[in-house]
Amino acid sequence: MDNFDEKILKVLRDDSRFAPAQIARMVGLDESEVAKRIKAMEASGVIAKYTALCNTEKLNEDVVTALIEVKVTPQMSSGFDTIAKTVYQFDEVKAVYLMSGAYDLCITVEGKNLREVSRFVSEKLSTMRDIVSTATHFILKKYKTEGVILDDGDGEEKRQVIL
Amino acid sequence: MNYDKYLSKTVMEIPPSGIRKFFDVADKYKDVISLGVGEPDFDTPWCAREAGIKSVQKGITQYTSNSGLPALREQVAKYLKDRFTVDYDPMSEIFITVGASEAIYLALRAIINDGDEVVVPEPSYVSYFPSVAICGGKAVPAKCYVEDEFRLTAENLEKVITDKTKALILPYPNNPTGAVMPRENLQEIAKVVKKHDILVLSDEIYCELTYGENRHTCFAEIEGMKERTVLINGFSKAFAMTGWRVGYACAPNAIFKQMLKIHQYIIMCASTNAQYAALGALKGGFDDDFAEMKKMVEEYDIRRRFLVSRLNAMGLTCFEPKGAFYVFPCVKSTGMDGEEFANRLLEEGKVAVVPGDAFGESGKDFIRISYAYSLNKLQKAMDRIEEFVLKYKK
Ligand SMILES: Cc1ncc(COP(=O)(O)O)c(C=O)c1O
Repeated sequence: MDNFDEKILKVLRDDSRFAPAQIARMVGLDESEVAKRIKAMEASGVIAKYTALCNTEKLNEDVVTALIEVKVTPQMSSGFDTIAKTVYQFDEVKAVYLMSGAYDLCITVEGKNLREVSRFVSEKLSTMRDIVSTATHFILKKYKTEGVILDDGDGEEKRQVIL
Repeated sequence: MNYDKYLSKTVMEIPPSGIRKFFDVADKYKDVISLGVGEPDFDTPWCAREAGIKSVQKGITQYTSNSGLPALREQVAKYLKDRFTVDYDPMSEIFITVGASEAIYLALRAIINDGDEVVVPEPSYVSYFPSVAICGGKAVPAKCYVEDEFRLTAENLEKVITDKTKALILPYPNNPTGAVMPRENLQEIAKVVKKHDILVLSDEIYCELTYGENRHTCFAEIEGMKERTVLINGFSKAFAMTGWRVGYACAPNAIFKQMLKIHQYIIMCASTNAQYAALGALKGGFDDDFAEMKKMVEEYDIRRRFLVSRLNAMGLTCFEPKGAFYVFPCVKSTGMDGEEFANRLLEEGKVAVVPGDAFGESGKDFIRISYAYSLNKLQKAMDRIEEFVLKYKK
């Protein structure tokens, strides 16, 4: 990873639809060089996936998201890894983070409705042997996610052209 | 009641700003992407905002000394020395103004006698002509051409110098063209300046926004020029601080004293709170080697390259600007001049750009596009412009 890779990533993270030819002009490299660097970053896993960021507030889809704080008993040999791996296998689980502070794992769970998420917690999560306790927080509204502002109410202020 | 007889002739004769005129119309349209703004789209660095907030919380709400906070003047001196290798004494040669705008006006006010001429490269920033006129002087355009990458050449400068010429305004990196003046070119200009014994007001507000290998060269750094130069600069562009209104002027003490006298009577001092914010911006900058500013410059650079390649590809030839945050493409290939192009593009393509003649007659065949916008927005705007241009391409 050098400064050019960083610039390429910066552009792709902004909009992954930019073609290598366009990126090449933006960062000042050959098209083939850019393509090569993108391939390399895909291969090494620096670029994990290309996706579309949806504004779920605008989707007519019933989704409920919860952040769940989880306290666990770490395993002697593998620390938190084993339990984290068990947890992330579920499709309902969208993210798993190991945390510093008052609890150990932070899990993001999505379901169609409150009941579905609650059932996941009570039936699947809290029944796991090493999980000591859980605290579930439902997300009520997303204002900004992945650096993108989602509520367009008072979103972008009109910028005045002065002189 | 007819007010004409009460009003100043000089002021009434000043034409309204071409940008303002265009955007008064543009603002009425819906769903228009505007590429007209001449200020950064970044937020002021947190270190500056925090310093501003803290000064208010501590109740530091009195006037500062006329020439500005001593600590700020010291930091400005250090900044100019560290980053542009020019030496100014913070107590007798630097003072803080309400933006570069005030500094430009004060410099002109301090040097112009009725009828004096001031040479202004064209195209350039819209305020110079009116400011010279308000001071009772006459602004004389020195044309700059795309063939010279919009640099002012010694030859074109020399052409317009008369025995009434008092000073040259040197606005590089340039708004609207994005042109820069490398050291060799400045040296050529310096020879003419010396030969005709004139002063230079060097507006270097975009000095941090340069792209490519060469950083900006401060005119006062050219041999023999410091004693003839009023350096004008500010925090608006480099630190994304437009709304705070802080700038500064650096000048030989004899000029400094007269400028400061006007500032003292007319303004008293720049906003205290904003001066603390500016101080925070510089201190924070020294702490992390101006990392935040460098990040902005990198981002501008990506957008700049994107625009230049898209515009050239669609046939709006565009020389590669090396400074500021504007590109200045020629629209002749569409059979229109800048004004017609801008008007139709607004109406048919729903993008607002500034007609080049707003910056002087020699900008007639050009438009100014600002890239103080997100890449996303620029992309959408370029798609619209491309569609529009395809309709008219000859
Ligand atoms: C060339 C130039 N000089 C000066 C200014 C004014 O700057 P300030 O905000 O410091 O008054 C601008 C603003 O657009 C500019 O483009």
